[in-house]
Amino acid sequence: MNESTALPVDRSEGTTQARGSATTALPRAARPRRKTDWRKRLEILVLAGPAIVMFVGFVIFPVFMAAYYGFFRWKGFGPPTDFIGIQNYITIFSDEKFLAAVQHNAFIVIASLLIQGPVAIGFALLLNQKIKGRSLIRVLIFVPYVIAEVIVGTGWGLMLQSAGAVNDFLGKIGLDALQTDWISDPNIAIWTLMVIISWKYIGFAVILMLAGMQGIPDELYEAAAVDGASFWQIQKSITLPLLGPTIRIWAFLSIIGSLQLFDLVYIIWGQYISDTAGTSTMATYMVREGRLAGNYGYGNAVAVVIFLISLVIALAYQRFVLRRDTEGALTEKPGKETGR
Amino acid sequence: MSTATMTAEPTARRRARETVPWGRPSVYLVATVLIAICVAPVMYIILGGFRSNSQITVDPSGLPNPWVVENYTNVLTSPTFWTQFGNSVFAAGFTTLGCVTLALMASFVIARYEFRGRNAMFSLFAAGLMFPITVAITPLYILVRTLGLTNNLWGIILPQIAFALPTTVIILVPFLRAIPKELEEAAAIDGASRLGFFFRMVLPLSMPGVITTGILAFIGSWNSYMLPLFILSDSEKYTLPLGVQAFASQHSVDTAAVLAFTSLSMIPALLFFSLFERRIVGGLTGAVKG
Repeated sequence: MNESTALPVDRSEGTTQARGSATTALPRAARPRRKTDWRKRLEILVLAGPAIVMFVGFVIFPVFMAAYYGFFRWKGFGPPTDFIGIQNYITIFSDEKFLAAVQHNAFIVIASLLIQGPVAIGFALLLNQKIKGRSLIRVLIFVPYVIAEVIVGTGWGLMLQSAGAVNDFLGKIGLDALQTDWISDPNIAIWTLMVIISWKYIGFAVILMLAGMQGIPDELYEAAAVDGASFWQIQKSITLPLLGPTIRIWAFLSIIGSLQLFDLVYIIWGQYISDTAGTSTMATYMVREGRLAGNYGYGNAVAVVIFLISLVIALAYQRFVLRRDTEGALTEKPGKETGR
Repeated sequence: MSTATMTAEPTARRRARETVPWGRPSVYLVATVLIAICVAPVMYIILGGFRSNSQITVDPSGLPNPWVVENYTNVLTSPTFWTQFGNSVFAAGFTTLGCVTLALMASFVIARYEFRGRNAMFSLFAAGLMFPITVAITPLYILVRTLGLTNNLWGIILPQIAFALPTTVIILVPFLRAIPKELEEAAAIDGASRLGFFFRMVLPLSMPGVITTGILAFIGSWNSYMLPLFILSDSEKYTLPLGVQAFASQHSVDTAAVLAFTSLSMIPALLFFSLFERRIVGGLTGAVKG
């Protein structure tokens, strides 16, 4: 009931925002005729309006609802009435399980960048060369990215059991010493998770890097070859610097993805083992303490905390790292670099 | 000085480098190792479906011996699998269509219109990257329930469109921005309005980007797990990821059947992706060269 009345309000906000931005454009518009301004406003409204309405309605609005519910002790039935202020938030930050989950997330963020970044650039350099069967190699390397988390979780879960395929294979090739309890040993589990994450998401990183490399003009490589530059000199002085924007965008997506990690951990470690195995994330904590425990108010408060952490990190990243890229430098950059 | 000498020189050098004896084989060696790592777990799932449970228990990392096809034929003749397959196709299809259409229109505005608030609009969508579906899931469920769309495929399609918009817009904006200004000016001189330019020049030129983002949206929907988990309660309405989970828990002792069901559910996405792989890489590159 609460929601059904709030939604239309929100919709109109979405459209006024589009209209508002068009109005503010008036003084800056170069065209003198008022007719064109009206037309332009209308075009902006018609073109951007639907996307903004959908986005605000289904993405932004629910997050604000989460912030609202987070102040209540609420079991999810009927409207929330038991207002408890910031008690939920106090509980969150004094719960060691949550703090442990935050540490796991931090580890996953950093390890993902350090492992996947260099490996993805290496893959992309390799696949950017003219070798036979290149497109087949590309397809095969992207296979893990295309597969659902459920499938990855199910498959790896079965393979990594104590009596599973991985330990069996290690025994066959004489590496019995490496056989271990991949999933439940708390010293190893998070590394197991990192391997699975890297395996799963490296394909996307490679797609982005390859795309970035193919955006670099051939003339630069030709000029470098004329100057007698070696393969590694070319990669170091042309490919890597011009790949900068791509790397920064990939790192952004990777960080956000790591902070939001849920499916893989939830499917492989279940809702309970992830704590003792040391792989719990903020999101699995949220689902366990919120939805599964039936404490919807508390779960929503955790959601708000996760969101704020992601927001602060993302804004800082955008301000200090991505800024030059989002200002349209993506396409101008190669031109600037050629001037050198 | 002529272009002929300019281009002939580097190709000659490149060819000289390629004939270095250790050069090419080492590239292939690395590529083979990478492929093995990427593909082995997938092969485990696919080949495991061709084994019997006793084979899997006795020799977990072995090959099928003899090959058993019953696991696959059982899945392929089960109406449950095909129902869930159809649901996945329906949800992914409409998610892709809706998301790409809306995002293309919005990206066009952000990329090609001069107005104050343009950066704000881009930031709004960019901010969407920070709104994981997990954070919004509880209120989203309540919202969908209010709209009367629980246990309905549209109840996952609409939120999925919204949550796929940020990535799509962020990929499409630089892409549309890369379409040379000269083209727009030429179109304007020829009497095309900005909208005319959109339909006659931008749409065809941005097809690679559209296909790229479309495939990403399709795969995202095909694989999505948490939203269907909350919204769909009836196994008749399940999409394949939920179907895999349900099947795996119903047949937890029948590992071979689980592997067969799992591999059949990933084949469509794999097929779809490999058909358009070249477009994905090309699409992210931008329209300047096209």
